[in-house]
Amino acid sequence: MKEFFAMGGYGFYVWLSYAVALGGLLALYLMTRGCESRVKRQLEKRLRLEQRRKSRDTTS
Amino acid sequence: MWKFIHKFASPKYFYNISGKILPPLGWVTLALFIVGLVGALFLSPPDYQQGESVRILYIHVPAAMLSMSCYVAMAITAAIGLIWRIKLADIVAWAIAPIGMTMTIIALITGSVWGKPMWGTYWVWDARLTSELILLFLYLGFIALQTAIEDTRSAARASAILALVGLVNIPIIKYSVNWWNTLHQPATISKMGKPSIDASMLWPLLIMIAAYMCYFAWITLKRSRCELIYRERNSSWVKKMVKEAS
Amino acid sequence: MNQPAFHEPGLFEVIRAVLRREITLAYRHRGELINPLMFFVIVITLFPLGIGPELNTLQRIAPGIIWVAALLATLLSLDTVFRSDFEDGSLEQMVLSPQPLPLIVLAKLTAHWMLAGLPLILLAPLLGYMLAMPLDALPPLMATLALGTPVLTLIGAIGVALTVGLNRGSALLSLLVLPLYIPLLIFAASAVDTAASGMSITGHLLILGALLVFTLTLAPLAISAALRISTT
Repeated sequence: MKEFFAMGGYGFYVWLSYAVALGGLLALYLMTRGCESRVKRQLEKRLRLEQRRKSRDTTS
Repeated sequence: MWKFIHKFASPKYFYNISGKILPPLGWVTLALFIVGLVGALFLSPPDYQQGESVRILYIHVPAAMLSMSCYVAMAITAAIGLIWRIKLADIVAWAIAPIGMTMTIIALITGSVWGKPMWGTYWVWDARLTSELILLFLYLGFIALQTAIEDTRSAARASAILALVGLVNIPIIKYSVNWWNTLHQPATISKMGKPSIDASMLWPLLIMIAAYMCYFAWITLKRSRCELIYRERNSSWVKKMVKEAS
Repeated sequence: MNQPAFHEPGLFEVIRAVLRREITLAYRHRGELINPLMFFVIVITLFPLGIGPELNTLQRIAPGIIWVAALLATLLSLDTVFRSDFEDGSLEQMVLSPQPLPLIVLAKLTAHWMLAGLPLILLAPLLGYMLAMPLDALPPLMATLALGTPVLTLIGAIGVALTVGLNRGSALLSLLVLPLYIPLLIFAASAVDTAASGMSITGHLLILGALLVFTLTLAPLAISAALRISTT
């Protein structure tokens, strides 16, 4: 096991580059998730505002 | 044919279809990554010259390949948006830009980390690394221009022109950088060369390339969908969908 | 024949009119013409001060320095090429005019090159000599600049046309344009290097000529398309 992580002396380089690559792909995914939740929140807020305005218009 | 393209380019149709494609594509991507990583880290043999450090190849080469093809894909979709005024194409080009930039950064960092055991230093002005760096600048310019112009329509059109100019320039840049590199090649640098790759190393590489490509398709669809419903927020189908969802 | 007789100007008349207008305008603002040139001279002066006055080192890096300085000076002078026309609305008139926009753009840029590019070419041998370049390398330096500065102007103008409507376009402009200058820089600087070591540079000049023809055909189209987007 220890031998596997050492990678024949190149462990640092190999694991660093794997971390960078997978971290980059993960960051892209998280960015997209953030975008999705932000858009979802904005759209729901708009919907609420519109409904409130509509109900106010009908009551007055 | 044209009817089909127009139907596909309609935002609502694209949203529905991509929603059906996304989950299976995501699982395929994950499976490919698991198989590819197991192959790259456990099953493939160490190289007789580079030892275990050759395992960086499996994540560096697909990123470098995609960094180039992302730019081509981005420029072509941007051109489609510019010429036929298809909004969906603008959105897809917008979605690809940060993905391509991330691929370029990954290729740059893994390349220079690989360079440390190979060349003894993290950075050499190697032809491929230098082209990758210039490509990063091109992505940065595209994204900077797009964020600088406020109106989304003209931002998409202006950056489409920039992407096309960049696309024309990329072969010239690649050629000139290669030529510059052979001209100034210091004698001390041992070239990595292109050894004919053995089958035991080829299959994990191919699977990793497929995994990166599926990831690219998946994340592009995901980002495009997100931006699409934001830009179409005033259309009736998005309003209806939001109402039904809440 | 109700319509008044209207003289439709021919292509050469258009070119001549634009050239005359640009040169007159530039003559009215003579001071601004000097600035990029002074920038060119000062940047080159900074290098010996930063690196040290050893002639061998300077000679080694002279082609690169002169070319990088020419590139930055061109970018600096280009920054305003469409700005005032954009602000007073005459750019919109050019876009709307029945004459082909690429032609007007080409005439405008020709005028700009005569006023900003030519002085650079004439000034370069003096600076090259100060940087200890061998005398044999000075005519090749001028030749590469003569072929290269129009390319710098044309490619730079694409970026200027894209950013002309923006408030703070200057920093963005260099980010957009400088990567596109790289092939030219590589070929031109190495041509001068080759000439300094006494070898023939016909091949280099042919490549530079090819780049010039290539950008001369395509860049005006891209600039016109960019101007159409920026003015709407």
